[in-house]
Parts: sequence; structure tokens; C-alpha cells
Amino acid sequence: MFLYAVWYLAFLYIPVLFLPLFSFNDSIYVTFPLKGFTLAWYGDMMDNPALLRALENSVKVGLTVALLSTFLGLFAAKAMTRYYMPGKGPLTSFIMLPLVVPGIILGIALLVITNLLGLPLSLFTIGLAHTLIGVPFAMLVLMSRLEGFDKSLEEASLDLGEGAFQTFWRVTLPLAWPGILASVLLTFTISFDEFILAFFLAGNEVTLPIYIWSQLRFPNRLPMVLSLGACILVFSFFIVTFAEVVRRRGVGPQSGAAI
Amino acid sequence: MSPGFRARALFLKHEWVRGYTLMTPTLLCMICLMCLPLFMLFSYSFWTQNYLDIDKTFTLANYEAFFQKPIYIALMMKSIRMSLFCTFITLLLAYPMAYFIAFKVTKNKLVWLILITVPFWTSYLLRVFAWKVILGFNGVINSGLISMGIIDEPLQFLLYNPTAVVLTLAHAWAAFAILPIYVSLEKIDRSLLEAATDLGDTPTERFWRITWPLSLPGVIAAGLLVFIPTVGDYVTPRLVGGTTGIMIGNIIQSQFGKANNWPMGAALSVISMMLIALLVVTFIVSTTRARAKSS
Repeated sequence: MFLYAVWYLAFLYIPVLFLPLFSFNDSIYVTFPLKGFTLAWYGDMMDNPALLRALENSVKVGLTVALLSTFLGLFAAKAMTRYYMPGKGPLTSFIMLPLVVPGIILGIALLVITNLLGLPLSLFTIGLAHTLIGVPFAMLVLMSRLEGFDKSLEEASLDLGEGAFQTFWRVTLPLAWPGILASVLLTFTISFDEFILAFFLAGNEVTLPIYIWSQLRFPNRLPMVLSLGACILVFSFFIVTFAEVVRRRGVGPQSGAAI
Repeated sequence: MSPGFRARALFLKHEWVRGYTLMTPTLLCMICLMCLPLFMLFSYSFWTQNYLDIDKTFTLANYEAFFQKPIYIALMMKSIRMSLFCTFITLLLAYPMAYFIAFKVTKNKLVWLILITVPFWTSYLLRVFAWKVILGFNGVINSGLISMGIIDEPLQFLLYNPTAVVLTLAHAWAAFAILPIYVSLEKIDRSLLEAATDLGDTPTERFWRITWPLSLPGVIAAGLLVFIPTVGDYVTPRLVGGTTGIMIGNIIQSQFGKANNWPMGAALSVISMMLIALLVVTFIVSTTRARAKSS
């Protein structure tokens, strides 16, 4: 059983680890045997204005999407976990729907409507599409966080004469912040990596995955793409691990006592 | 009593009014970004296109074209078959892994879970592309085998076929399969397993009579999470599929790109969505019925 688990992990990791391995290889062909060690491809990457521009766009879109979807997810999660509402189940499935509609269909549906409305394709349209898939993730993370702490703390604040907004600001928000931070990081990563929606909705300004896609056609650009991939791998690893640790902090029996 | 006051009283009296008010921005956003576009896509499928002009008279011509050209139906069926097969393989590989983490790992479960999700967080595009690097004509396997002197000529059958697509997808969606199965296995009450052992079940019997039926909800969720996005996938068939590995997503994309026939593309999307929904509903209904019968 343990042996199987190790094999399976190898199956998951080996393809991904070829990217950093060949990014240090001193040859434009991705073949064995490896040639010398070089950092040239990383240098190429840093000197590439188109790439840096795409990176900047991705970060811009990612940050906006992260904040917007966390904001919307927080509203929904608060309503779902704190109020008695008929039709909660169907509502949850409704918000989760973008996760089960194939990305290509969401992408072209959004393309069709931007076209009918006469909106130009831009980073803005990519951002809207990414918010659509960011909200369900944000809501899932925030709902589990809001369910994780004691509702009576909010009730106590209301009983002691604080208004609804004050209670939210001074009780709910501080307690929910690990969830909020986790949601921001998660939705940022989702937007940063998302390709299919962006592919249909990109105008002249492209995001990083679209830039990578456009480079995959040119064999001589390959090593640079590999080093870029290696950087994204390391970066995503840190963000996701950090988000997971933050999310888990204080969830559990000690969370009440810690306050 | 002023209407404003009455609205306020209603607001304070009923929890659900407050709940819905709080949800309004999110719901509005989801409606504008999901329902309206999908509805417009649906309308588009009843229109036709002459070069750059869209003719907005209602017609079923696109749907007729779908049923008259065998290539569309064949491709649709092939996409679904490939996705089903890929889902099956992914679940088959993922189940033992999820079982291992849920039942065999006692310490550091979180480490194992993070280990599984990390490859999943590295750009989807590059995960798929990595397989092209491995399987390609001058790829890692071929060049490795040649440099070791095992083969003289690169193997041609590795890349650009349906098998490469299935393999790549099974890799790319692994985390989506493991996590739901793991959650449902983790939830199983361990005392049921002890009771079964006490009553004389062998480990195999115990697995098939207790663990497997109780993990079914997770398996179903995992199956849907893998099946639905893979049917419409566009990147994987394009990068590793070759001509025999193309799927319906590629045809839909080409209608919006090269072929420039948006209404036809819209009709193809609507048909795919309906087929997927139909399959999913049949699947859920039949499994719940089977479970109701067995219990």
C-alpha cells in the first residue's frame, strides 16, 4: 500500500519536475543526456519585456479578482452560515455551478455576451470571468471558516448593544481573517493559472498563461518557458502551503480559548 | 405606518429577508456573469451567420447540421467515451491513494494532502505540456532510451493519440479525484469496521460490504469533478492529442476561431452541455437507486 502511494506520488511529480530540471540544461532541446548547467534561460526570461508585461497583467487581474471574489464570497458565506433561509441548498448549488460547467462553455458564453453588448475584450473581461470561478472557491473556504467558530460570540456582541455593522467589524472579521486571507491567496492563484476563460476573453493585453501558450509553438523559446514554469511552480508551492497553514490555524477546539 | 418603516420591520422580523439581502450582490453577480451569458449562448444557437453579420431570425439549422453531419456526432461520442474512460482510470488510480491516506497514515496526514495538491497548483498548461516533453518524438523517454542504447529509432506511438490524452488528463485531474474520495473515507465510522471484523468478516468482505458502499458519495463526486471538465477540455487534446485525439472542445473552439461560425459553435456547446447534464443526472439517479435497493 505504501509502495503504491510512493509510485503514485512519483507519477504526479515526475512530469512536473522535468520543467525545473531542463530549465538548467544548456541546450535548446529537451532531451537526454543533459548538457551543462546554465542559468541563461532565467536571464532570458528577465530580459523579456513581453513576458514581464504579461506577468504584470496577470498580477493585476489576479489581485482584483482575489479581492472581489473574496468580498462576494464573504457576503454569501455569512448569509449561508448565519441566517435561516429557505432554499439554502439550491442556492449553494447555484453558486457552485461554475465549477461544474466546462470552462470552454463558460468562456464562449461570456465571449458571446461581451460581443452582443459591444464591450471590447480586455483585462477587464478576463477579470470578470475569473471572478465567476473565484466566488465559489471563496465561498467554500469562508463557509468552513465561519462554521468553525462560535456563533454565540456574535450574539454576545449584539446583546451587549453593538450594531450589526459594528459586530461584523469588531467580532466577525477578526475571527474570520485566516479564512479571508486563505481565500484571497487561493482565488489569486486560480486567476493566475487560469487559461481557457482568459484564452477566449483576451484582447490585446494578455495574461501569463496566454503568453506561455503563444510561446509553446516556437521550439527555440522552449527553455525560457521551462524556466518560467519552474518559477511558477516554486511560487505556487509557497502560496498554497502558506494559504493552507493560515486556513488551518485556529480551526479546532483551541480556537475559542485563544481569544 | 410608512412603507419604509414596514419594510424595515419586515427586515428585522424575518431572518431569511436579512440573509437574502446580504446575498444579493453575490447572486446578482452570478446571474450577470453566468445565467445571462449562458442564456445568450442558447439564443445564439438559433441564429445564423453570414460572414460577419448575424442573422437573428429563429432557425433550427445549426441543430439540423449537427444531426446531419456524422462527423459531429462521431466526435461528440468519442469525446464522451474518452472522458468516461479517463474518469474511470483516474478514479481507479486515485482510490487506493485516498484509502492509504485515510486508513494507513496515522501521523502527518496534512503533509500527504499537501504533497498531493502541490503538483496540481502548477499551471495547468505546463502540467499538460510536461507530458508533451516526456512523450514527444525527441522527448524525454525517447532520448533517454536512445542514449541508454535500448532503442535506435524514436518510438512514434507515444504522443498524438487518444491514449496520450487519457494519460495526461488522469495526471492533470488527479487531485480532484483523490480529495473527495479521501473526505468520504475519512468520515466512515471506524467502529463499523471493528464490528464487521468481530462478526467474522474477512478484510475483503469488510471492504466490499462497508468501506466501498460508504465511500460511494465521494467516488460519485470525484467522478463528476473529473468527467465534466474533461469533456470540454481543449488544451490537452490540442497539445498531446494529434489528429486522432481531438475532442469536441477543439471543434467548438475552431467555430469561434478559424471557422468563424459562432451560431454553430453555440449550438455545439448547447448540445454538449445537454448531453453532459443528461449523463450526470442518469448517473446520479441510477446510483442513488442502486444504493437505496442495497440498503
